[in-house]
Amino acid sequence: MITKRIIPCLDVKDGRVVKGVNFLGLADVSSPVKLAKFYSDCGADELVFYDITASAEGRALFTGILTEVASTIFIPLTVGGGINTVDDFDRVLKCGADKVSVNSGALKDPTLISAAAKKYGNQCVVLSVDAKRVDEQFRVFAKGGREDTGLDAIAWIKSGAANGAGEIVLNSIDTDGVKAGFDLEMLEAVCDVVDVPVIASGGAGCAEHFKTLFHSLPKVDAGLAASIFHFGEVSIPNLKRELAADGINMRL
Amino acid sequence: MIAIIDYGVGNLFSLQSSLAAIGAETVVTGDPAVIRTAEKLILPGVGAFGDAAALLRQNDLDKLVCQEVAGGKPLLGICLGMQLLFDYGLEYGRHKGLGLIHGSVQPIADYIPAGLKIPHIGWNALRFPVRKPVSPLFKHIKEGDCVYFVHSFCGTECEESVIASAEYGAMLTAAVGTGQIYGVQFHPEKSGATGLRILQAFCEL
Repeated sequence: MITKRIIPCLDVKDGRVVKGVNFLGLADVSSPVKLAKFYSDCGADELVFYDITASAEGRALFTGILTEVASTIFIPLTVGGGINTVDDFDRVLKCGADKVSVNSGALKDPTLISAAAKKYGNQCVVLSVDAKRVDEQFRVFAKGGREDTGLDAIAWIKSGAANGAGEIVLNSIDTDGVKAGFDLEMLEAVCDVVDVPVIASGGAGCAEHFKTLFHSLPKVDAGLAASIFHFGEVSIPNLKRELAADGINMRL
Repeated sequence: MIAIIDYGVGNLFSLQSSLAAIGAETVVTGDPAVIRTAEKLILPGVGAFGDAAALLRQNDLDKLVCQEVAGGKPLLGICLGMQLLFDYGLEYGRHKGLGLIHGSVQPIADYIPAGLKIPHIGWNALRFPVRKPVSPLFKHIKEGDCVYFVHSFCGTECEESVIASAEYGAMLTAAVGTGQIYGVQFHPEKSGATGLRILQAFCEL
């Protein structure tokens, strides 16, 4: 059977990894290429790169780095950030990305999902959603979680999958950064309405949280996290061994 | 030198990079003269069976590939490139393949229990057939090693050629081989160290 995936996420700005990385034994902790290699060697099943650059210069730097990463690391690479058009898909796919994640771009233009899926296939299109509880509803937030769009997250995700998104990344703003575990309630609501892979994001603080995630929601395919991996609070090889020992199918 | 056959489908960046990483010399080409002088051939591919088979035929590359392998040149088909080695495929109608591997390419959905997600996408373990020696393609890896799959169709009716399977509700064809002709359904160029070892073994044929 397909293994559950553990995915570290790297935020890249102006060609460097940001949001604090604190590794022992890594001289250049903000080099995306070195970090990517480190994670790949550790057994990460996939890497996600978010381009949080605002400038055109930064964007060019990002694609250069992506090319370098894709020439060095041979596991699936997902790229997100600044993806607003089919041309943006083209730009990052040519540099070696395997999947492209859309968030704000799809909110601004929902036809982006179907247009990209038609051109590159559903497996290439990842719909990333930041969601938060508002008035007893899961609400989609835009602009990095700052703006309430008024959209119902479950309906938005359902239509996204129907339009060709081949995978969903659900980031719960409510649990993000709290390190008290993934948002199981929100994830379950999403798993109930789509039959494409769902990636859980936001809330992981320790290995136990991944165990709970995969045991209580068998339909979730992957767990994504950033700082707990970057700061070494959770080591990927140890996490994967622990999950495997607990009966969860992992790639070791 | 290995010729990666370019017939206008798919992005060959990762494949070329992964071969460079193991020190293999490659050229991406659709030029018959270059394909004839290459020591080995790789047939890549993504997209739909019928379109890809038509593109291959358009430039008579289908005949050329068959001629070259008939002379004993090693060939590796990857993903759709593997499926094209079969007699025919049933993606959006019935389309003729290269006929180098006996069997057909059919929807996974017809073989696995309902409720499993399609495409079959992600890391899955390779299972080697019993009562067959391990294929030379897998001499540097072991049974149970995981590789990366993305596909909705699979090779069927090809039992004599199967050199590896992957369990996904049913045993799906993961790799085929007959003589010097090989095909892998998964992406060795995206399968980490295991994938590189498989490419290495192909380079050593």
